[in-house]
Amino acid sequence: MSLRRYVLRRVLLTVPILLGVSVLTFGLVKLLPGTPVDYVLQFQESTPELRATLRAQYHLDEPIWRQYFLWLHDVLHLDFGERIASDGSVSAAVAERLPETLLLGGVALLIALLVGVPAGVVAAVRRGSLLDEGSRVAALAGIATPNFWLGLLLLLLFGVRLDLVPVIPPVAPPLAPESLAFLVLPAITLGTASAALFTRLTRSAVTEQLRREYVRAARARGLDERTVIVKHVLRNSLISVVTVAALQVAVLLDGAVVVERVFSWPGLGRLLVRAILQRDFPVVQAVVLLVATGVVFANLLADVLYAWLDPRITY
Amino acid sequence: MPRNPLDGRGRLRVRGFDAGADDTAGAGVDADADDTSTATGATDRRRRAWARFRRDRAAVAGLVIIALMAALAVFARPVEVGGVVVQPFALAPYDPAASGVAPTYHPPSLAHPFGTDWAGRDVFSRVVYGGRYSLSIGVIAVAVALLVGVPLGAVAGYVGGWVDEAVMRVVDVLYAFPFLVLAIALVAVFGQGFWRLVGALVAVGWIGYARLVRGEVLSVAERDYVLAARALGVRDRRILARHVVPNAIAPVVVQATLNVGTVVLSAAALGFLGLGLQPGTAEWGSMLSAGRDTLVGGEWWVTVFPGLAIFLFVLSINLVGDGMRDALDPSVDADVDARRTREVR
Repeated sequence: MSLRRYVLRRVLLTVPILLGVSVLTFGLVKLLPGTPVDYVLQFQESTPELRATLRAQYHLDEPIWRQYFLWLHDVLHLDFGERIASDGSVSAAVAERLPETLLLGGVALLIALLVGVPAGVVAAVRRGSLLDEGSRVAALAGIATPNFWLGLLLLLLFGVRLDLVPVIPPVAPPLAPESLAFLVLPAITLGTASAALFTRLTRSAVTEQLRREYVRAARARGLDERTVIVKHVLRNSLISVVTVAALQVAVLLDGAVVVERVFSWPGLGRLLVRAILQRDFPVVQAVVLLVATGVVFANLLADVLYAWLDPRITY
Repeated sequence: MPRNPLDGRGRLRVRGFDAGADDTAGAGVDADADDTSTATGATDRRRRAWARFRRDRAAVAGLVIIALMAALAVFARPVEVGGVVVQPFALAPYDPAASGVAPTYHPPSLAHPFGTDWAGRDVFSRVVYGGRYSLSIGVIAVAVALLVGVPLGAVAGYVGGWVDEAVMRVVDVLYAFPFLVLAIALVAVFGQGFWRLVGALVAVGWIGYARLVRGEVLSVAERDYVLAARALGVRDRRILARHVVPNAIAPVVVQATLNVGTVVLSAAALGFLGLGLQPGTAEWGSMLSAGRDTLVGGEWWVTVFPGLAIFLFVLSINLVGDGMRDALDPSVDADVDARRTREVR
């Protein structure tokens, strides 16, 4: 199968998954006790007229399958309806928060790669050394540390004790210097677990590559060790790292929910948690659907990247 | 891990080549042969795995820490079952829910080694007692997820066809939701509380095992002994239960062990967000939910100790899981080789 046909088939496979995701997101709210109207009215008494208007607005008098398709139609036009707990449309609220989460997640991923890959290479090249042992311990600790605890400890140390950064986000545009300075701690907090994973992954990938014949051949030709590692071994090792980096999107989104709470970061995660506490279910639906769609496309990207980077793979 | 069969014989010595590493790789091959060639029967295999596990000092240390934390949780306060005290000991000096045992935000002292929180509750007692929640949630959620995921994955992989399609499409859809986001959404729908929290974690957790078992079963079902059993007329259900699943289960056991750590972390995260157990419960994550406000006030002990408990437990689980992986399948990971060959040397 050619790469193009594989990609096409893989893209088509996402369609039923996305449909399933939408059904689940829609159904989740149907499982809530009461109807959307009850939540809008906060379970208070009201006039039958108002109730009827609201029921019509949420299509509650239609059969459930029609409700789903009407909802899906709106969603495909990026219309998630009005917020319940506050004024304004859901789409506007999500659009306002999304860039903040993307910024946080992107920087966290960057940090994780910049720390994890070199650490993994050094650990593999110096196998059995103190450096290797140290990176193993650090990676284990990184995976076991609860991100909210790490965030709180970093805030305690750098925000309170050393007073280097503010404890709450500055009021400034997202890319202003003070905003970027505040971004450092949440990004480190969010990226730590991924950095640990990349370290272990790079180490085992490089270790495996170092055993290959082509490494022997390259050394036999008299190439210096640095060239062998950087030009030959690392390139082949990075295939799995790149793939896993794409798969980290789900992990980073999970982490963002918690880390944003720790640092009062105005992103999607905080929007989600607040919406749940306030029973603002259209917001919950929108965020969950958006996050799941993002993960589906990240997984697609991972598969395509893997196939593209390693031409030997047959699918 | 496919090894070069030429290693150790007819080898060219090349300058700059790491000859030491190659020699130890050879030793690793011998050790593996020793470990597996005479292994017959399940008991023997288990004994050998245990022997390998015992040599991994980090894994044993993890196991000891987990045992200690579990014992602390059980003996923290007396346990009553139906009005009968079955466990009379109380290692926690105070009732974890009792407020005002000391002034609020009392820093660590001899009487209160971990200090007190905003309500004047003894943090040490709460941390010790809190293990009951985290540990039981972790173990129960993983066990139930295994009970759901393993049979579904095994049947899907073995039967194939539309059964496989149906199960795996559901798995694909659920797999699109990040673990914590889906758990949060489920808690939002079903509400808070111990069993609802466990339910949400199970609903999210089983898909991993179904995927893993299906993959393992697909490869095991191809083996000759399964074909032989089938040729002898053994029924499918028996083949699956007696021959396929036992041979596919090792990676599942390892994954399940590691997942206890993940589940404990997720449950704590939910508690931290105020979405897990009832707020105010002496659960490690919930105890941290007030952490941000106390930071500014300088009451670091309220944050540090519960988090440390989570960290220690998850770290130990990971040590044990890694040790089990090495012990059950010595040829699975390059990392393992490095560690084991060092022992041989």
